[in-house]
Amino acid sequence: MLLSGDHGRLLSPLGVKVTLAVLLAAGVLVPVLNLAVPEGSAFHVPSYLVALLGKYLCFALLALSVDLIWGYCGILSLGHGAFFALGGYAMGMHLMRQIGERGVYGHPVLPDFMVFLNWKELPWYWQGFDAFPFALLMVILVPGLLALVFGWLAFRSRVTGVYLSIITQAMTFALMLAFFRNDMGFGGNNGLTDFKDLLGFSLQSDATRAGLFAASALVLALAYLLCRWIVCSKVGRVLVAIRDAESRVRFLGYRVERYKLFVFVLSAMLAGLAGALYVPQVGIINPGEFSPANSIEIVIWVAVGGRGYLHGAILGALLVNYAKTYLTGAAPEIWLFFLGGLFVAVTVFLPRGIVGSLGGLRDRLPFPGPRPAAGEAGG
Amino acid sequence: MSEALPRIEEPVAEAAAAPRRAAADTILYMDGVTVSFDGFKALNNLSLYVLAGELRAIIGPNGAGKTTMMDVITGKTRPDSGQVFFGGDVDLTRLDEAAIANLGIGRKFQKPTVFESQSVFDNLELALKGPRGVFAGLFGGLNGAQRDRIDEVLARIALGELRDRLAGSLSHGQKQWLEIGMLLMQDPELLLVDEPAAGMTDAETAKTAEMLQEIARAHSVVVVEHDMEFIRALDCHVSVLHEGSVLAEGSLAHLQDDPRVIEVYLGR
Repeated sequence: MLLSGDHGRLLSPLGVKVTLAVLLAAGVLVPVLNLAVPEGSAFHVPSYLVALLGKYLCFALLALSVDLIWGYCGILSLGHGAFFALGGYAMGMHLMRQIGERGVYGHPVLPDFMVFLNWKELPWYWQGFDAFPFALLMVILVPGLLALVFGWLAFRSRVTGVYLSIITQAMTFALMLAFFRNDMGFGGNNGLTDFKDLLGFSLQSDATRAGLFAASALVLALAYLLCRWIVCSKVGRVLVAIRDAESRVRFLGYRVERYKLFVFVLSAMLAGLAGALYVPQVGIINPGEFSPANSIEIVIWVAVGGRGYLHGAILGALLVNYAKTYLTGAAPEIWLFFLGGLFVAVTVFLPRGIVGSLGGLRDRLPFPGPRPAAGEAGG
Repeated sequence: MSEALPRIEEPVAEAAAAPRRAAADTILYMDGVTVSFDGFKALNNLSLYVLAGELRAIIGPNGAGKTTMMDVITGKTRPDSGQVFFGGDVDLTRLDEAAIANLGIGRKFQKPTVFESQSVFDNLELALKGPRGVFAGLFGGLNGAQRDRIDEVLARIALGELRDRLAGSLSHGQKQWLEIGMLLMQDPELLLVDEPAAGMTDAETAKTAEMLQEIARAHSVVVVEHDMEFIRALDCHVSVLHEGSVLAEGSLAHLQDDPRVIEVYLGR
């Protein structure tokens, strides 16, 4: 709906400017109000809130990655939590290596759980994670590579629709079972935790947490701009065309599987990045992050906010997670009913989500606003 | 007969058994093509030749294999046996849809298929002949000549005023024209058009026939159609398909006198 007048106007709809302004303002204000304003002041942002909001921003990035493929290309991934978790594990491995001799067993190289399992040396796949640049590379490459292999097989065989959704669920479920096993070498059930510091900054300090929050806001803003650039380019129009009439796109000479693979891999990388920002802020990564229910929840965030707008996904992730925090505190027993009810309600009453419905309202006004009206020249 | 391939008045005989490459001016060459679905032969030893620059109509009762024939030519369906060559020497049975489209074969579907949530202009831009890769799509843009080309086609399909309208909001006939416009943007050597007049008013049908005749001046066009009035308006060579093979070929006037054609199709 938004697409017809978007050519080359990367920042044109109001929602884009608002999203960027809010993200950048939050990225500066929240850390400042946390660190520079004394406790007890009405403007002080408590540290727990910084960590909580930082977590929300990671979820928003994850939702953004899902919207890029689902909203624009019609690929409904119900396994995106897997890419998030893999990015998180890659960051977790770096944080584990950073603990060094400060672990419970004081082993200079091996993380505690390996000492506990009586392992004598570091497995080959843990090599290199002591270096931050390498870990950062893996945060992006590992989810990207999995998406590349998975997507290549699925898209080349033209698996689409609900069948694709089901195999993405199977993928994340299989990974969850694998990561639960102790001999996988990723801490089994307990996952990776007890992190001490990142790049020499203690993860317990307020300043580090504020820095992580600012980094999350900045990465989210940049990822949003990147996605926006893609969907405003001709690639974005091809993606929407694939979403609406896939075989027609093939008969126009486009290799649909290459376009799908491109966004799927990019989306997985963004999800991995979200996981990597998430882990130092919550202090743990365990196989529960692979759980199929998590991946379904992401889709609900996007549906609530509005699919196919990018900022809708961000808004949805923030709102639903705020509701989750509030409800699991105030009335934990109703949270799952609320989530299920929300999904049904959004599907029935707000099929275009919050952002889409607001846009729809504007469409019904006598003056349709800045969008080019029918018959107007330009394009 | 092996030299002058086209305009065969009789069903193609077995004489053409040896792998015979088409003459230079044959743009589409199908020989002995068979496709079966669960034992049902949708195409049964179909042989058909289309000349470069020709406008050809294909008629036939439901289930005669018209759409399957298009599927085979455009790479959607692989034939069980038989040869399909394009432009003399390109074997279409080895290529996928995208490769065949990029060779210069355009297809218009029976049901108008346009990208409904995008503007008329965007629909044409997507079809515009040019690089089809992701990288080109990210960094490329339209140049002046390409914009002019889109404007030219917009005028030809009578949608210039509606360029910024979402394609989904067009009328049925306008969607059909938009799809024809998209084919023009692709600038294919061969156009396959499936029932272009379906669901159109008489005035729209006449205009569509006019458009196709104009297109046929610069391209080879194969039209599948049910509507006899439309075929008459096209005034071209006609092939009659029946049970997966060519029953007869010739001018419409000639075919209307053919007892076999009358029996399977026209007479009913």
